[in-house]
Amino acid sequence: MTETIEYAAATGALSTIWLLIAIPVLSAAVLLLAGKRADAWGHLLGVGSIAATFALSVYYVVTLAGLDNRAVSLDLFSFIPVTGLQVDAGLLLDPLSAVFILLITGVGGLIHVYSIGYMAHDEGRRRFFGYFNLFVAAMLLLVLGNSFVALYVGWEGVGLASYLLIAFWYTRPNAATAAKKAFIMNRVGDVGLLIAIFLLFATLGSTQYADVFGNADALAGGTATALALLLLLGACGKSGQFPLQAWLPDAMEGPTPVSALIHAATMVTAGVYLIARSAPIYNLTESGQLVVAIIGAVTLMIGCIAGCAKDDIKRVLAWSTVSQIGYMFLAVGLGPAGYAVGILHLLTHGFFKAGLFLGAGSVMHGMNDEVDMRKYGDLAKRMKITFATFTLGYLALIGFPFLSGYYSKDLIIEAALDEGGAKGWLLGGAAILGAGLTAFYMTRLMLMTFFGKARWDRGVHPHESPAVMTAPMIVLAFGSVFAGFLLVNVFPLEEWLEPVFGPRPEAAHVLPPIVVTMIVTAVVAVGIAAAWVFVGRREVARTEPLGVSPLIVAARRNLYGDAFNESVFMRPGQWLTRFLVFVDNRGVDGAVNGVAALMGGGSSRLGRTQNGFVRSYALGMLGGSILVVAALLAVRFG
Amino acid sequence: MIDSPSVSYTGLSPVLFVLGAALVGVLVEAFVPRAYRWGVQLGVALAGTLGALISVILIAGRNELTLSRAVAVDGPALFIEGTLALLGVLSLLLLAERSPDMGGSAFVAQAAVPVGTVRDRQLATLTYSQTEVFPLATFALAGMMIFAASNNLLVMFVALEVLSLPLYLMAGLGRRRRLLSQEAALKYFLLGAFTSAFFLYGLALLYGYAGTVDLRGIFDQAAGSEKSDALFVIGLAFLVVGLLFKAGVAPFHAWTPDVYQGAPTSVTAFMASCTKVAAFGAIIRVLYVGFGNNDWTWRPVLYGVAIVTLVVGSVLALTQTDVKRMLAYSSIAHAGFILTGTIANSPAGLSSTLFYLLTYGLTTVGAFAVVMLVRDADGEAGHLSQWAGLAKRSPLVAAVFSLFLLALAGIPLTSGFTGKFVVFRAGLEAGAAPLVVIALVASAIAAFFYLRVIVLMYFSEPAADGPTVAVPGLLTTISLAIATAATVLLGVAPGAVLDLADRAALFVG
Repeated sequence: MTETIEYAAATGALSTIWLLIAIPVLSAAVLLLAGKRADAWGHLLGVGSIAATFALSVYYVVTLAGLDNRAVSLDLFSFIPVTGLQVDAGLLLDPLSAVFILLITGVGGLIHVYSIGYMAHDEGRRRFFGYFNLFVAAMLLLVLGNSFVALYVGWEGVGLASYLLIAFWYTRPNAATAAKKAFIMNRVGDVGLLIAIFLLFATLGSTQYADVFGNADALAGGTATALALLLLLGACGKSGQFPLQAWLPDAMEGPTPVSALIHAATMVTAGVYLIARSAPIYNLTESGQLVVAIIGAVTLMIGCIAGCAKDDIKRVLAWSTVSQIGYMFLAVGLGPAGYAVGILHLLTHGFFKAGLFLGAGSVMHGMNDEVDMRKYGDLAKRMKITFATFTLGYLALIGFPFLSGYYSKDLIIEAALDEGGAKGWLLGGAAILGAGLTAFYMTRLMLMTFFGKARWDRGVHPHESPAVMTAPMIVLAFGSVFAGFLLVNVFPLEEWLEPVFGPRPEAAHVLPPIVVTMIVTAVVAVGIAAAWVFVGRREVARTEPLGVSPLIVAARRNLYGDAFNESVFMRPGQWLTRFLVFVDNRGVDGAVNGVAALMGGGSSRLGRTQNGFVRSYALGMLGGSILVVAALLAVRFG
Repeated sequence: MIDSPSVSYTGLSPVLFVLGAALVGVLVEAFVPRAYRWGVQLGVALAGTLGALISVILIAGRNELTLSRAVAVDGPALFIEGTLALLGVLSLLLLAERSPDMGGSAFVAQAAVPVGTVRDRQLATLTYSQTEVFPLATFALAGMMIFAASNNLLVMFVALEVLSLPLYLMAGLGRRRRLLSQEAALKYFLLGAFTSAFFLYGLALLYGYAGTVDLRGIFDQAAGSEKSDALFVIGLAFLVVGLLFKAGVAPFHAWTPDVYQGAPTSVTAFMASCTKVAAFGAIIRVLYVGFGNNDWTWRPVLYGVAIVTLVVGSVLALTQTDVKRMLAYSSIAHAGFILTGTIANSPAGLSSTLFYLLTYGLTTVGAFAVVMLVRDADGEAGHLSQWAGLAKRSPLVAAVFSLFLLALAGIPLTSGFTGKFVVFRAGLEAGAAPLVVIALVASAIAAFFYLRVIVLMYFSEPAADGPTVAVPGLLTTISLAIATAATVLLGVAPGAVLDLADRAALFVG
């Protein structure tokens, strides 16, 4: 068992970590309540509050690093004070939440800056920043909460913010539908998380991390597995993992900065955080871990395959996100060997995927919001900065040696192979195959967007985006290039996270790391070459070609995931609704009206006994008296 | 030689105050000039009832049997006496109301004049009215107090007559719709006399069985007796019939709607609140003190009676179109709710019954006081259709009436909810879960007709020739204000009074 972490009470500077949540909440409140008066300066407040939060985060993390015991908790107030159900609201800063707050506020701050330019011509910019601040606050609560209940509040908070932002352009039917889809599919996962929390209450009597993880050994094996699977269901919903992956690509209906921050860098990785945070529970159940790893492997393949067939630049990136989070799930499903690696990939992915989305947004900005890559082409010369930053993100994503993705993805593949046996080969093989497919679809994207002939619509004049947008892209590009190297060699993340996950077990390598690297690099090279052969050499048609192989049709249709959901859940659900409406109208209302009519009728009939004649009344009373006498006698002698 | 019984004047002081006021009232009627009578009578009656209230407060906690064990001075007796005195004050204020805006006094100047004669038509123009109603009311009140406090069935019978006879008369004193009023009085009298006979016969049978009319004596005799149980059981049955009639419990309820509707509304308020309190005070004393060891005999029967009462009261009220008749059926249903607690035969049953009586009495007086305010050219506008849209013209009156209706329906934060809660709890603890369920269903049915009136007042268009809402006179205002405050207070912060009822729940002897 891992040693459980000791949480010291927060003192001194760290006793103010609640400011991290309070500042964006306050800012969101001002932006959303002030109305049009704040239109002129609202975006500045939004960016300023996140910048301040980032500065504070850096300060707190530096302070934390200076402590002997790098984990502090802060009790705030009693949230639910009921006998037998005591929930205290409190925050917790430990190495794991520390990396998250830096990611959320750092990358979040950059995307906020970018949004100033991206949303400049939108009437709702102030509202946008309000929701954005709200999201940051909720996400910080999610990672800073010191109990599952606090996490759940943040969890629902980011869900709400995500819903509001996907439907930001709520007059577009697609956006409204996508938001609803995201919300409903998330509910499915949330139920799992909720039941897991109930189960913790029932078995351990508390949801505070300190109590739960301190007493985790007391959990029966079956309970631990049930908890692991329920938490996984919650994680799958939030992170767009199989079988709840369908909402994430649709969520691209929201503005691009939303896709970058919420649906790539931070919120969708909350599932990974949840599983990593619950490591002491997962460590108890091998089968639970195995399910996580399998879900990760399956999802990463689904994401890659669907990503290969898409023409919408944002959807390609979205499916890529699905698949990259699959890598992270695979990693954390490997137990102590994979937690730190999973988090490492989460961080590097946060940089390069956010950069790629911002790049895609920049392209769309220059192309009159066109998202179909078949109408791009030859943009490398028109958008030099975007092209450069996008290329660096691309190289990081496909795992080009010594860029961020190379470090994190290779480590995941190594860890998977090190599991040994059929399990190791299957998981590792899927991860390697996924790397090749990733190289294919990303190269395809690059070729279709930046190279070849211009296939623009008439009246489109591509141009580079303003500095307020390109600057964050450049910063993120630096992250894409160096984050992996820094986090492995300069500030070793694994060492930093050791108080949370314990030391990484020494595993005998199935294949030497250098061999793994060579294999992966070779597969990636094959993927790139295939993309050149199938896409780069030919003319790209301006419309989607018909008469393609069944595999491509399946990939275009998201491997029939949506069709499955619609036929298995949606339609029976609609039938059930119709049936229930029928039962309500005829059955329930009928019963209610029937009872009312019966009562009214009974009342009128009974009322006839009240005829106003004293003789009748007296007779009734006599009868009643006889009945009472008879009844008493019957009771006495019966 | 017969020893004269010892009399605890202090213990009897509440009764003596009221009785004294009644006797003084008779003298006032004889000697004080007509011009001053109203004021003097009201003063005397109020002094008597308020004196009783104060002396109840001062002697609270006393525990004794006085007058040769004939009258009890104990927790339940004093609680009932205090409740009666309080409700008596509120009712007297309504009885005394003669504000011109409310059509002057509700009582006829000369009740003996036949309806429809020339003299009768002249009566309508007279400004003075019968002031005998004050001594009548105080006599009745004194009778009620003794009724609930007597430890001796014979004394209880005398008290029953003392409280009943003035009520018969008062019901017939109406100034308007005199025929209806007199019909009510006659019906009440005939049926009351009928049941008095039952009570008396039951008393005689029990004396034959036990050789005593002392409640504790009957209790002891029933404990280890070899005698024929038939006498005992039939005697108990007849006694209970007489008591249930006064309480307006089905199937002995038939008089209630007719009498409540025909009597002047202030008298109805007095009857509905005080008579119910006194009757249940007597019922619970007889059952607990006299027959507490035989509860396996009477509980199943009263269980059934309670169900019949709940059903009759709440179902029949559904189709009523007259406010006073609706409130009459509501009072029948409430008798069923009280029985739910009473049959528990436990301290909880006793204290919950006491508390319920207090809350019910206060709310009922208030509700009838509002009925007095809504008038058209012919006097009070009783038909429900005339109440449509009342809230648009008199928001305050509509709000106050809504409060009373909600309390009668047992909605939380009103006294009615607390009352229902405690009686249901007592019933449940005594294992009467099915009865409590039926009572809950009945209160759901009852909620319909209470809420219907609220809907009518708030969401209907006022009728074109609708009634006017009178400005309440000072006395009615005081009465209404106290009832309203109590209804809210006993719903929001009932702790102190519940505590008081708990502490009072112990019979002497």
